[in-house]
Amino acid sequence: MSEVVTTGHRASLWARWTSKSPIVVTFFALILGLLVGAIIIITTTPAVLDAWRAMFHSWGAPGHALKVTFDNVGAAYRTMFTGSVINPSSFGHSLTTGKGWSNTFTPISETLTYAAPLLIASIGVGIAFQTGIFNIGANGQAVLGGIAGAVVGSMLHMPTVLHLPLTLLAGIAGGMLAGSVPGLLKAFTGAHEVIVTIMWNYVMYAFLLFVVLSTPFQQPGQQNDISRTMDPSAQLAPLFGTSSGLRVNYGIFVAIAVVAFAWWFLERSSLGFDFRVTGANPSAAKASGINSRVVLILVFLVSGGLAGLAGIVQAASTTHFIDGGFLIGNAGIGFTAITVALLGRNKPIGIVWASLLFAALGVGGRAMQASTGIPLDLAAVIQSAIVLFVATPVLVKELFRLRAAPTSSLQLAAKGWGS
Amino acid sequence: MRLELRGITKRFGTFTANDQISITVEPGEIHCLLGENGAGKSTLMNVLFGLLHPDEGEILIDGVATKFSNSGEAVRRGIGMVHQHFMLVPVFSVAENVVLGFEPTKSLNRVDYKKATDDIRRISKEFNLEVNPDAIVENLPVGLQQRVEILKALSHDAELLILDEPTAVLTPQEIDALMAIMRSLAEAGKSILFITHKLKEVKAVSDVITIIRQGKVVGTAQPTDSESQLASLMVGRDVALTVEKSAFTPGGEVFEIRDLVVRDDRGLVAVNGVSLEVRAGEIMALAGVQGNGQTELVEAIAGMRPVESGSIMLNGRDITNASPRAVLDAGLGHIPEDRQRDGLVMSMSVADNLVLNTPRRAPFARRGSRNLGAINDNAERLVKDFDIRTTSTQELVSSLSGGNQQKVIVARELSRPLEFLVASQPTRGLDVGSIEYVHRQMVDHRNAGNGALIVSSELDEVFALGDRIAVMYAGKISGIVDPSTSREAIGLLMTGTSDGVTHE
Repeated sequence: MSEVVTTGHRASLWARWTSKSPIVVTFFALILGLLVGAIIIITTTPAVLDAWRAMFHSWGAPGHALKVTFDNVGAAYRTMFTGSVINPSSFGHSLTTGKGWSNTFTPISETLTYAAPLLIASIGVGIAFQTGIFNIGANGQAVLGGIAGAVVGSMLHMPTVLHLPLTLLAGIAGGMLAGSVPGLLKAFTGAHEVIVTIMWNYVMYAFLLFVVLSTPFQQPGQQNDISRTMDPSAQLAPLFGTSSGLRVNYGIFVAIAVVAFAWWFLERSSLGFDFRVTGANPSAAKASGINSRVVLILVFLVSGGLAGLAGIVQAASTTHFIDGGFLIGNAGIGFTAITVALLGRNKPIGIVWASLLFAALGVGGRAMQASTGIPLDLAAVIQSAIVLFVATPVLVKELFRLRAAPTSSLQLAAKGWGS
Repeated sequence: MRLELRGITKRFGTFTANDQISITVEPGEIHCLLGENGAGKSTLMNVLFGLLHPDEGEILIDGVATKFSNSGEAVRRGIGMVHQHFMLVPVFSVAENVVLGFEPTKSLNRVDYKKATDDIRRISKEFNLEVNPDAIVENLPVGLQQRVEILKALSHDAELLILDEPTAVLTPQEIDALMAIMRSLAEAGKSILFITHKLKEVKAVSDVITIIRQGKVVGTAQPTDSESQLASLMVGRDVALTVEKSAFTPGGEVFEIRDLVVRDDRGLVAVNGVSLEVRAGEIMALAGVQGNGQTELVEAIAGMRPVESGSIMLNGRDITNASPRAVLDAGLGHIPEDRQRDGLVMSMSVADNLVLNTPRRAPFARRGSRNLGAINDNAERLVKDFDIRTTSTQELVSSLSGGNQQKVIVARELSRPLEFLVASQPTRGLDVGSIEYVHRQMVDHRNAGNGALIVSSELDEVFALGDRIAVMYAGKISGIVDPSTSREAIGLLMTGTSDGVTHE
């Protein structure tokens, strides 16, 4: 028996690193991520490199090089901020003249527009993580949700009160359908969900291409891979009307509802308790009478349903149609959702902040690319670096001397096999 | 080697694990460090072994103040440690394990296995530690694996051996063998620091006893002192080592197993035609050396392992191959053998763990929504009734001591309406105070007219609790006997020799 209490060495890896001053580590991971981004700006911007190369040419050169460095890094991060949250000078202008409010609010509006579907998908992934399931298939589930919702939204016609809810429900159903396949396969054959979901994503992409190129879903008169446009009655309308020029839309209320549901589900519901017990200790779950097969199938339905909802919210709030590039590449919110869920430590509130941050980095990255020429990919690098640092709390703690190395690692070293 | 610890203090944050501890171990002495779980014994040993650094105090070896910044230095200064959980590579041979990290080499840096094997033979002979150097460690029984650990320490010329709870994993015979080894090592001049909370062993082997409670030395004792004297020093109050049982008045049969056959994880028959019946108001103790099918038997009863053939009846209801949920709902209480794996969710609160297998029962949930108020009230009540030591019901169960973790499980099971209780190794790894408590709960449950099946590999426990004793060997019941039967007779049954014992 060890005398010092070691926090459940049998507990899952998640539980172990989420229990240790998570917010502090996340904050420092953010700073480290921005530092990594700064280093990349310095080493890839010609103006900065030239200034450093000329360092020995004159007495003032090193100072000049430093100034160029700070100017470039500063400009990049400044445009990232002003492009994704608010531009103070534009805000001041609007305050004094009473005009240009639309311009002032465009950055934050864009960030919220991107954040809403990302948040919904991330909650789905987070619930799966809390149950011990790696749902790498959220993107494929979002694709099928988007297809199902867009079919209902573009090919059925009815008043908004019916059409919009039905469209969203179709999205959820599509996601559930896509999620049920890996769920059933794992429950009945033990197939590993990571492999199955990754493969299943490709099936979903192929299906997407098939449907957007097939009548009757393909846009009539088009030869391209593009679907019919959803009826206005099935769209998530802009909050301030189409004339405002702000894209922020009712999707954020769907996202807020999902967060509220997820919080209740995980913290208060009996089924959510079963999910968490299963995720934290599958053996104890079995001994406590939880049917792991049922939980497995249900968690894929919940997680897939939310991913599907994210897919249709994405389509119904921005493009209003889907095409062959739907949720592919940078737009693959189902994949970004995995990192967002990790960053938010699978907790609904944490995921809210994480998805806002990731949406802001994406939107701000575009503004930065437009104004400074630094490629948008820098935003992805920063996002990845942050998650990398969050996933290595020991490194972050060492770098910032947050706390002496935890004694549990010593205890672990002193135990060896069998513990 | 003469080892002296002077005023060792070690703090973790605000918690003082070791408070001004001073101990002297003379050469050739078996010095026992006795204390409950959480008293600070392992912390002290980690300080001595260089794994932790003391905040105050000093370590003197043969009168010279010494500082170890890591365990390697401690090893070089002649201190050897045998951990409770062995640090061996299972797929390596004994010889490979012993020389690991200090391999003798021939030319071209090749490991000299012959020299390694010879060295081990020599040390084995010198200290009477019989073990085959070519055997693969994972094929050895636990007692021999421990011997390999001791060999490893001796091969580094250890003059002082630290044995951290060495008997926790051993069978009675293996314990006797270990005691003999300890004595012969002491005769050869080695000093031994023996850490334990088991009173019988302390009395059997030690020369000097130091008792630690809550991080402080509370006294020294002689091996001639009685067990209850030692226990009360260790716990800080008087402890009853045997639990008072009311007269045995069995009622009707509540639990019956017929010709049960169960396979283990490898698909081999682990339970081979076991039949048992238990009556109301009766504790059936199931004795046996671990690994004779008890684990599989209990798992089958709890619905966690499929039954191949035979039947399990609870109050006339067939629960053979029922789901764990159905078994729980039928009123079967289950205290699992591995409490951290099967009984608790370490990353959840005490309150949540107290409703772990009844989360949907009124009043804990209504229409799919958990009633946190009721869950908390339940936890407050049980923490009080079952004397669970925790700062709050919202505390993570992982921060509780082993004894209190077990109390959480006992409280959860005994507080719901039960028809029958199955407990597997209910006091393994617990300290005297907690053992007394758990035993009393089991006996109270029985005194109230309930039946129970208690599986234990500790003979003391079997005798303390059982109204009848069943012995399991190689998947079969080798005998069901009265508790007045001698230890020797039961020991024979445990090895499958049933001659001369009258069956009921």
